[in-house]
Amino acid sequence: MGALNAVTDASFATDVLMSSKPVLVDFWAEWCGPCKQIGPILEEIAGAHGEKLTILKLNVDENPATAANYGVTSIPTLNVYQNGEIVKQIIGAKPKAALLSDLAEFI
Amino acid sequence: MSQDISDVIIVGSGPAGYTAAIYAARAQLKPILFEGAVTAGGALMNTTEVENFPGFPEGVMGPALMEDMRVQAVKFGAEIITDDVTHVELTGAVKKVVDGEGKEYFAHAVILATGSGYREIGLENEKRLSGHGVSWCATCDGFFFRDQDIAVVGGGDSAVEEATFLTRFAKSVTLIHRRDELRASKIMVDRAHKDPKIKFAWNTEVIDLNGEAKLSSATLRDTVTGETRELAITGLFVAIGHDPRSELLKGQVDLDAEGYVLTENGSTATNLAGVFACGDLVDHTYRQAITAAGTGCSAALDTERYLANLHSK
Repeated sequence: MGALNAVTDASFATDVLMSSKPVLVDFWAEWCGPCKQIGPILEEIAGAHGEKLTILKLNVDENPATAANYGVTSIPTLNVYQNGEIVKQIIGAKPKAALLSDLAEFI
Repeated sequence: MSQDISDVIIVGSGPAGYTAAIYAARAQLKPILFEGAVTAGGALMNTTEVENFPGFPEGVMGPALMEDMRVQAVKFGAEIITDDVTHVELTGAVKKVVDGEGKEYFAHAVILATGSGYREIGLENEKRLSGHGVSWCATCDGFFFRDQDIAVVGGGDSAVEEATFLTRFAKSVTLIHRRDELRASKIMVDRAHKDPKIKFAWNTEVIDLNGEAKLSSATLRDTVTGETRELAITGLFVAIGHDPRSELLKGQVDLDAEGYVLTENGSTATNLAGVFACGDLVDHTYRQAITAAGTGCSAALDTERYLANLHSK
């Protein structure tokens, strides 16, 4: 367990779209309370299921292009990408049990 | 294995829960407080500047105020658990509380401070477009609507605060309100009226939301004439009020018709011995950070007295 790696506008294609594993991208920002609350939960999930699902954080303030590209207008938004496509979208902070059940097919 | 029985469990954070924890901890009751998995800090976590909390002449950020209350509770020995409560059994002498992972906790007394949740307009398209233009958190999502035309629904303090905050980003903010005047405090209303970016849609309700992948317009109805019209907006922030979060308590704790917990006059006692309630969960009328903190204090003092009687028997 520990801090999650960050992804940026520049690294998005390589780290997310071309990944061989599914990647969950957490769109977040410093000013967003619910984002901060979901952070530790995602770290726990990454700790337990990191072999199957990569979890990366994308700061929308510093990387507005990717957020705009995917039409993100509410944070936290969690997008799961597989083979370059969005295969799952979770909007809003949820407790760990609810997230685990939403992500069951990937972990 | 014998079960540990705590003196008191506090369910819910926010000003009520944290204040109850500060008082209970200082009374050496070693309170356990469930602050919520993703709702810790309560409604104030989604606000910006709080200007009316006494003791902060320059104002204080809502989340910072909550963090400080939390630190103060921990300092005096409160144990804070960042999880939800998913089940309660409150009718017996020993109360049982179950967390999000199914772990059981027991206590002689419980303080309920679960506050309230955002009220939805109740439109099918509202759910579908949630996160695609429809939002409940201006501080989180305002950033995405730079130079766009957006709207806020509601007429109370939170609606007007959100509208004012959103003018930092948006090209225009239309405040949609069912009545012809705002319920918000006068200072906030004056500020909104002076703001060139804020427009008002009086006597108006939202009857539908439109857009395929994302919100493109709202259908509005004039509540006086019945006329309908379209308002082109890319963002809609819903701030039409809150409902008490009392689902867990149904069938155990007496609630009124709107779901608020009923307490004895002049006290935080509920119909169940050893169960006390405070904050927005009981409050129809005032619903302020300071009143929630006040009743949180009362609940801790009522609990202390209850436990003293119990232990002296």
